[in-house]
Amino acid sequence: MSEKKTKRRDFLFTATTAVGAVGAAAVVWPMIDQMNPDASVKALASTEVDVSSLNPGNTITVLWRGKPVFIRRRTQDEIDEARSVKMEDLIHPEKDEDRAKNPEWLVMLGVCTHLGCVPLNDKGDYNGWFCPCHGSHYDTSGRIRKGPAPWNMEIPKYEFVNANTIKIG
Amino acid sequence: MSEHEYKPKSKVGQWFNDRLPLLTLANHLTDYPTPKNLNYWWTFGGILTFCLITQIITGLTLAMHYIAHADMAFESVEHIMRDVNYGWLIRYIHANGASMFFLAVYIHIFRSLFYGSYKSPREIIWILGIIIYLLMMAAAFMGYVLPWGQMSFWGATVITNLFSAIPLVGEGIVTWLWGGYSVDNPTLTRFFTLHYLIPFLILGLVVLHIWALHVPGNNNPVGIDIKKPSKDTVPFHPYIVIKDGFALLMFMIVFAFFVFYSPNILGHADNYIEANPMVTPAHIVPEWYLLPFYAILRSVPDKLLGVVAMLSAILILAVLPWLDTSKIRSAVFRPLYRQFYWILVADVLILGYVGAMPAEGLYLLIARVATAYYFLHFLVILPVLGFKEKTIPIPLSITEPVLGGNPNLAMAKQKESKIE
Repeated sequence: MSEKKTKRRDFLFTATTAVGAVGAAAVVWPMIDQMNPDASVKALASTEVDVSSLNPGNTITVLWRGKPVFIRRRTQDEIDEARSVKMEDLIHPEKDEDRAKNPEWLVMLGVCTHLGCVPLNDKGDYNGWFCPCHGSHYDTSGRIRKGPAPWNMEIPKYEFVNANTIKIG
Repeated sequence: MSEHEYKPKSKVGQWFNDRLPLLTLANHLTDYPTPKNLNYWWTFGGILTFCLITQIITGLTLAMHYIAHADMAFESVEHIMRDVNYGWLIRYIHANGASMFFLAVYIHIFRSLFYGSYKSPREIIWILGIIIYLLMMAAAFMGYVLPWGQMSFWGATVITNLFSAIPLVGEGIVTWLWGGYSVDNPTLTRFFTLHYLIPFLILGLVVLHIWALHVPGNNNPVGIDIKKPSKDTVPFHPYIVIKDGFALLMFMIVFAFFVFYSPNILGHADNYIEANPMVTPAHIVPEWYLLPFYAILRSVPDKLLGVVAMLSAILILAVLPWLDTSKIRSAVFRPLYRQFYWILVADVLILGYVGAMPAEGLYLLIARVATAYYFLHFLVILPVLGFKEKTIPIPLSITEPVLGGNPNLAMAKQKESKIE
């Protein structure tokens, strides 16, 4: 009796379990995926902003996909400061030229990459932004210089529709 | 439960009990033999049950008036406070009830730590307790989000962003948790659903917690195994019921003080400002009961490691029964552990204090030292102490030190022989 004579049953058992598992997964997935962003959330993909009233040294904050976006018209000093930083001094090395195609305009998500707070303007040790939550310092290019945040503030997809209007998203 | 020993007196009772032995269960609960030396630190189990029931009842009534929508939540809470009959009372009981719940659970946990209640054969009770504690934190966090004030919104943002520390899939998980690209209406509605669900999960786990407790029976201040029932035990009713009841009354005085005299002292004024995704409050702090873990999170300069340290600080408790190598349960008989115990209590209080302060300068340094010590206590001191510590001899029964007049076995024996 100790011989393994139950091969057919083993096969049926394994096959039933496998089909059951696939079926369960097929039912569970919609339950999980329903929590992902829905169609109406995804539809709010882009925002157009009029920046004609912005003077050098000023920042406006606009809401895009529920998140603040900083649009800063930088002064020449700030641009020089951002562009003179050596790559090896950066935690997350990115050239300012890549972050601000048009050097006068810095457009980035105003979200600290640590835990998502909104950093404060014109604050911190690097004349850029400072996050009040856990003390991350960003420079005039929005790059992380000191503190717990791992990355530079994110640059969203954006374009100048005309000289005075930026389309984000 | 010995189903066959108990027989209800009335015929109807017998008829019913044969079909559903609820009366046997009731009899087990009233007669349940309890160590006769339980002190007031043992009354917090009953107090916690009271807290859970209070939160469920007040929560249900609040849910009748609250609207889980990003545009209306804040106003509906103000509507509860101003318009709903006794709405202010129900909401203040619920909000302060959360704090009271945590106050009681911390006393309950630290009682376990002092008297070694987590040790064999009570590991499952302990682990169930840790799961309940984790669920309590989840429920409290999501509940705090519901009023949709500034602290609600930014607390939700910061805590959900903890998941973004997970490599590769972190960002995807956060988007999934939010149901969008930031904390918004979908987040609020799901938090409301889960906040409603979790207390009932806790209730189920509490039943298991008590069930698991009733297998070996209560630990006691002396920390020895006792025979049940015996001279060392008293029936749960009326002895423990009265004692628990008295302690509960004392606890309710403290509870009522907060509800009626300083209902907002444990909260944060910024939460009376409606959520604004454009502006983060200058100083974000979680509720007081999460501060020690928040301090641990902030004391690590790396994002992922900070999150790992914070979670480890909680989960390390689940393996405590195996980290503590000492066979002696009660700290009464462990002179060294007793001192380390109080250092740990101080360490956690210090972490709580620095967690409320800005993470810079001296505070940050203190937070780092205290975090290191916290892990040192569980990972090094406890395992080593079990082998190195010279413990005081434990008595053979609860009655013995009372009769002998001394918890020291040898001396008690001496006295006994003198009497003879």
